[in-house]
Amino acid sequence: MTWTVVLVAAVGCYLLKYAGLAAPAGLLDRPAVRRAVELVPAAMLAALVVVQALTDGRALVLDSRLVGLAAATVALLLRAPFLVVLLVAGGAAALAHTLT
Amino acid sequence: MDSTEPVRAAVVRDCLGVGLAVGLYGAAFGAAGIAAGLGVAQTCALSLLMFTGASQFALVGVLGAGGAPLAAVASALMLGSRNTLYGLRLARPLGWRGLRRVVAAHGVIDETTAMALAAPTPATLRLAFTVTGTSLFVGWNLSTLAGALGSELLAFPAAQAALDAVVPAAFLALLWPRLRASRRDRTVALGGALIALALTPIVTPGLQVILAAAAVGLGWIGRAP
Repeated sequence: MTWTVVLVAAVGCYLLKYAGLAAPAGLLDRPAVRRAVELVPAAMLAALVVVQALTDGRALVLDSRLVGLAAATVALLLRAPFLVVLLVAGGAAALAHTLT
Repeated sequence: MDSTEPVRAAVVRDCLGVGLAVGLYGAAFGAAGIAAGLGVAQTCALSLLMFTGASQFALVGVLGAGGAPLAAVASALMLGSRNTLYGLRLARPLGWRGLRRVVAAHGVIDETTAMALAAPTPATLRLAFTVTGTSLFVGWNLSTLAGALGSELLAFPAAQAALDAVVPAAFLALLWPRLRASRRDRTVALGGALIALALTPIVTPGLQVILAAAAVGLGWIGRAP
């Protein structure tokens, strides 16, 4: 049963990806559609940031992830490269976890 | 070529950094798969065949919590639906057809889309997509295997805390260029974050990220940036 779930979900996720790439080119010609699609990543990435940093299941949780996110924000403001941002976030969170 | 080579080198370097760094988080997924009761082969199959992190975590999360198989599939698909929107956005700039499009589709995910759209020139967009997708795929699958085989190593609380913080930091770093780009993006991002937080206690975990896309409606409010 688990294999069925794994394979069905994997195929479904692939088809979702392919559907976007293979959709009729004209779909994006309407300015409203284009603007919406251009803005979707901003909305969803922001949602992923807060969901991954502040939630656990259906609960809002404040823990060392928030410390890591704050450290990452400082690193980004200082124009640190991506890898440095991640290392700073992970290091700060590990430190906060150890100290608390 | 003189002026484009440094640009291409910078794109390759940044995309390799993203791919390898985010790929490392596959270790956490490998551990999560085992913790949820999946086998090593099943856990690795998800990284190979599904290859979209949030959906993978959602699937093993629901299964691990004793959820119904249909609920597990549905949550993976709900989270995977944003890749359709990414594909719509990337279809024209990538401009690939046939077998190349069939292969490229597998790589249409958060990180590749963000890096491709952040590429400094149209010419480097395909390069950014390909380098990010390839390095992330290799890193994600190798580290999934490592995490599944050595899941007890990630049980160190401090290591787990570090890994847990790396994911939101990665999404913030991917969002950052958009926050700098325009006020419209900032408004929409703020709206998306608020919608997701407000819905978290109410909806199935994962669904709030999809519903947060409604914040694009804020892009029509007020003046252009």
